Amino acid sequence: MKFDIAVIGAGVVGSLITRELSKYNLKIALLERHNDCAMGATKANSAIVHAGFDAKPGSLKAKLNVRGVELMKKFCEELNVPLKNNGALVVAFSEEEMPHLNELLERGVANGVPELRVVGREELVQLEPNIGDSAVGALVAPTSSIVCPYELTIAGVENAVTNGAEFIRNCEVQYIEYKNGEFVLKTTQGEITAKYVINAAGVHSGKIASLIGDDSIEIVVRHGDYYLLDKSQGNLVSRTIFQCPTKMGKGVLVSPTVDGNLIVGPSAEDIDNGDDVATTNVGLDKIYVNAIKSVPAVSLRNAITSFSGNRAHPTSDDFIIGSSAVNKNFINAAGIESPGLSSAPAIAEMVEGIVLKLAGGLEKKADYNPIRPEPVRFRHMSTEERAKLIEKNKAYGRIVCRCETITEGEILDAIHAPAGARDVDGVKRRTRAGMGRCQGGFCGSKVVEILARELGVEMNEITKFGGESKIMYHKTK
Amino acid sequence: MKKGLICVSCPLGCPIEVEIENGEVVSVTGNTCKRGDAYARTEITNPMRSLTTSVKVNGGVHPVVPVKSSGPIPKDKMFDCMKVINEATINAPVKIGDVVIENILGLDVDIVATNCDCGK
Amino acid sequence: MFAYDLVVVGGGPAGMAAALKAKEEGVEKIVILERAETLGGILEQCIHTGFGLHYFGEELSGPEYAGRFIEQVEKTDIDVYTDTMVLNISEDNVVTAVNNNEGLMQFKAIAVVLAMGCRERPRGALSIAGSRPAGIMTAGTAQKNVNIDGYMPGKKVVILGSGDIGLIMARRMTLEGAEVKVVCELMSYSGGLQRNIVQCLDDFGIPLRLSCTVIKTHGKDRLEGVTIANVDEKLQPIPGTEEYIECDTLLLSVGLIPENELSKDVGVELDRVTNGPVVDEYRETLQPGIFACGNVLQVHDLVDYVTEESQIAGKGAADYIFGKKKGGTYINTKGINGVRYIVPQRVNIEGEESLKLYFRVGQVYKGAKVVVECDGNILSSKKKIKLAPGEMENVTITPEMLKNMNKDSEIVVRVEE
Repeated sequence: MKFDIAVIGAGVVGSLITRELSKYNLKIALLERHNDCAMGATKANSAIVHAGFDAKPGSLKAKLNVRGVELMKKFCEELNVPLKNNGALVVAFSEEEMPHLNELLERGVANGVPELRVVGREELVQLEPNIGDSAVGALVAPTSSIVCPYELTIAGVENAVTNGAEFIRNCEVQYIEYKNGEFVLKTTQGEITAKYVINAAGVHSGKIASLIGDDSIEIVVRHGDYYLLDKSQGNLVSRTIFQCPTKMGKGVLVSPTVDGNLIVGPSAEDIDNGDDVATTNVGLDKIYVNAIKSVPAVSLRNAITSFSGNRAHPTSDDFIIGSSAVNKNFINAAGIESPGLSSAPAIAEMVEGIVLKLAGGLEKKADYNPIRPEPVRFRHMSTEERAKLIEKNKAYGRIVCRCETITEGEILDAIHAPAGARDVDGVKRRTRAGMGRCQGGFCGSKVVEILARELGVEMNEITKFGGESKIMYHKTK
Repeated sequence: MKKGLICVSCPLGCPIEVEIENGEVVSVTGNTCKRGDAYARTEITNPMRSLTTSVKVNGGVHPVVPVKSSGPIPKDKMFDCMKVINEATINAPVKIGDVVIENILGLDVDIVATNCDCGK
Repeated sequence: MFAYDLVVVGGGPAGMAAALKAKEEGVEKIVILERAETLGGILEQCIHTGFGLHYFGEELSGPEYAGRFIEQVEKTDIDVYTDTMVLNISEDNVVTAVNNNEGLMQFKAIAVVLAMGCRERPRGALSIAGSRPAGIMTAGTAQKNVNIDGYMPGKKVVILGSGDIGLIMARRMTLEGAEVKVVCELMSYSGGLQRNIVQCLDDFGIPLRLSCTVIKTHGKDRLEGVTIANVDEKLQPIPGTEEYIECDTLLLSVGLIPENELSKDVGVELDRVTNGPVVDEYRETLQPGIFACGNVLQVHDLVDYVTEESQIAGKGAADYIFGKKKGGTYINTKGINGVRYIVPQRVNIEGEESLKLYFRVGQVYKGAKVVVECDGNILSSKKKIKLAPGEMENVTITPEMLKNMNKDSEIVVRVEE
C-alpha cells in the first residue's frame, strides 16, 4: 500500500491532523493498532477544553492551548460535535492558597487568556452553591469549555475518510525503514509506504520515533483514575471545578460532561506499562477524598462506572512537535498530555503547516467538505421531530438502549458511517448505547445481535473492543 | 444418626432434621408441610431434582427453547440427561407442554417445552 | 392521541396481573405497553422452576408462569403493544411511546400503572479496581445469553453476589458445561433463598465464600482472573487474604434497582430505601391516578407476591377510574429496629379491609419477634424462626386495629430480639 502520508495513531491528535491534511490532494493513511479510533488517552481523560492559564508562558503548551481554544469552536461546528462553554473555577481552600490563584491569573494573562478574575468566597458560593465549606476563593476562567474527546476524534476520522483518507485498523507499526526517499512501514496489516510519517502514537510515541533511530523522545506513562456519576448528579456544579495545585499535587476536578454526567478525577501515578489501564483502589479512594473537598455532595452511590487513562508525559515537560532530527520527513506530534485535547486543533494546524513547508506547497482538493453531518440524536429531539424521523425510517422507532434512549437507527448509522463501529464499545462511543445507568446490562446483547447481523458474522465473533475481547463463546446447543 | 437438611420443595426452605437408623429414616422434624416430609425421605435414600435447561429449535424466533423434566429425576442422572437433551432438536412452532424427549433414559420422565416459539 | 381508561407501562407479571384485575373489575379500555418483543418480562429468561407455588399451587418455570397470564390477556380485549418503549408520562397522564411499526404514539389515560420492573446493579457501581476486559457482566445478562440467545458467555466463572440470580446462574452455567469456581458474598449471609444454595451450589460442589469479595479484575482483552479477599465487619478487604482465581468470566449478582426514571420524570415521590414510589395500600403513588406494582415498587423475591401486589394495584386503578376510591385519613408506616422499609408507606385508617404490610429486615435474626405497634400500643407480635434480608416478610393490619387510630398515628413495625 502506497501513500503520501502515514499518520500513526488515531487519537484526537492523529485524527485531527489527518482531517486537516485531507483537504489536500494527498493519499493519506491513518494507522491505528486498535479496532477503533480514540482508544488510548483520548477515551479516558477529563474532557476539558482548558482556558490556558496553566501552561508556562512561552511554552508550546501555552501557545497551542490558547490557539486551540480559538480553533475548537470552528472544529466543533464543522464536525457537529457538542461543545459547551461552561467556564471553570480553580478553588483555593485556605488563605495560603490565595496567592497562588493570582499567580495563575498572571500566567493566564501572559498566555493571552481573556476574562480571568479572582473572586472571594461570597461570589464563589453564588456561582456554585454546592461548593465545599472550606473553599475561600477561586480563579474564574469563563472561556473554559467541555467537549466529548472521543466524539471529536470519531467525527474527525469520519470527516477525513469522507475526504479520501484511509483508516486502517488493527495496524500496529513494527519496523520502519527509510529507502529511496520513502518510509517503509512494516505493520500487522502488511507493508505501507509513505513519503511523510506523522507520529501521533500517544504513550507509544517514544517507541515509534525510535523505530527510525530517533531516541530523543522520552515518555513517562502517567496513570489517572476517574469516576463517572449518574446524570442525576450532573447538575451539582455547572462549571469545571479545579483545585488549587499544592505541594501535594494538582488535586482532582469535578466537572459536568457535555452529556450531562458528572466526571470526578483524575488520580496521578507514573507507571511502566502504557497499555495498563487497570483502575487502582488507591487511585479511586484518593479521588473521592479530594473530590468531596470541592463538592461535598458528590456521592459514589451514584457512580455508574470508573475508568482510567494513561497520559503521555514527556520528560521535557512540553509538547514535542516538529520534524525529527533524524529525518525531517518524520514529524513528531508527541508528548501530548494535558492540555492536549484543548490544543489538538492547534496541533493539527501546526503539523499541517510543517507538511506544507516540507512539500513546498500542496494543491487543495476541489471537493473538500469540512462538514461532518450531524448524527441523528433521538434523545435530543422533540416529539414532533421524532414522529417525522420515524416516518422516514422505522429503525428510529425501536429503542435499543433504554437508559440513554438510543434507537436501532442510530446504531445502524454508527456501524455504516465512514470508519464506522466494528465492536460493542465502538457503538457505545458513537451512540451512547450502553453508557447509561445499567451499563449495557439490557442492551449489550442486542447491540451484539445488530453488529453481527450488519457485519454478516456470527454473534460470537463480535468483540467488546477488538482483539481477543470476545463477548460470547460457543453456542450452547 | 441425625442429619440436617434444607427442604428445596418450595421457596420457604425449611430446615429439616432427619433421624436415621440403619439407613432407615425413623423421623422427620422441622418441615412445615407434607412435601417436606417426602423430600427428606427421598433426599436421604435417593435424592431427586427437577431439571431445567434448553433445547435447540429449528426455524424458531430464538435458537433455543426452554425445557424441563416433567417430574424429578435422580440427582446423579442430571448430566446424563443433559447429554441427551443437548443432542435433541425440536421444530418450530413449539407450544408450552410439547414433549421434546419421551421417557428420557428410561426414567419415566419426559422433557417438555416450557415456552412457545411460533417460528420465524 | 389514543384515549384509554388505563395505561399499563410494562407487560411483565406485574403489568399483566394489574391489567387483568382492572379488566375483571370492569375497566373497559386498557392498554399494556411492553418494551420487549413479547409479554412476560424477565420471566421469559428465568427458565428454572420455582414460580407459582403460592399462586397456582404448582411449581412452574418462569415462561410457564408468564404464559398463563399471557393466555388470559389474549382472551380479553386488552390492547397490547410490544417492542414499544414509553418515553415519558406527562403530568396530565399522557403517555408517549414509540415502536418501529406504529411510530410515535400518545395515550391519554385516566389512570396509569407503573410496572417497569428493575435492573441489575452494574460493575461501575461497585468500584472494583482493575482492568476492563470483556467477560464481566451481570448475572441477568449472562442468563439472557444462555437461555434466549443460546450462547455461552464464558467457561470458567466466578460469581460475585449470592442473590438468587447469581445462584441460579451458577447451576445453569454448570449444567451447560462451564466450571463455576466460587460464589463470593460480601455479607456474612447469602441474599438468596436457602433452597437455591442447596440445589444450585451444594448439588454441584460449588463453594460459597461468605464475607468475601472481588477486589481486582485482571486481563487485557478478555478477563483472565480475579483477586478475591475476605472482608472484615466493616466490609473492608483484609490484607493478606488475597487469592488469585483464574477465570474468563465474572458474573455480578449484586443487587437490583427499581427502574423509576419514568416515575421520577412525572414527579412521583420515591422512597429512599426501596428506590420505588411511596404508595398507599391501593398502591397509588402520591401522584393521583398513578399506581405502581411489582419490582418497580420494591424488589421482590417471589413472583407470586408480585402478582398479589399487582392485583391490588389493578383494583386500586379500577376504583380510581370509576371514582370509587375512598377518601379517608392516611397515616404513615415506619420500620425501625432492623426493619429497613415498609410497603405500603401510607395506610387509610378508614379502610374496611385487612391489609398486609411488606418489609425486609437488615440482617439475619434467629427466633426474633416481629412487633407491630401504634401510639405505644402493641397491635401484634409474632415469633419468627428466622428473618433474613433476602426474604420479604409481611404483617397483617386488620380494620379493628385501624379503628383506634387518628390522623397523627403512625404504624411502626420492629424486630425484637
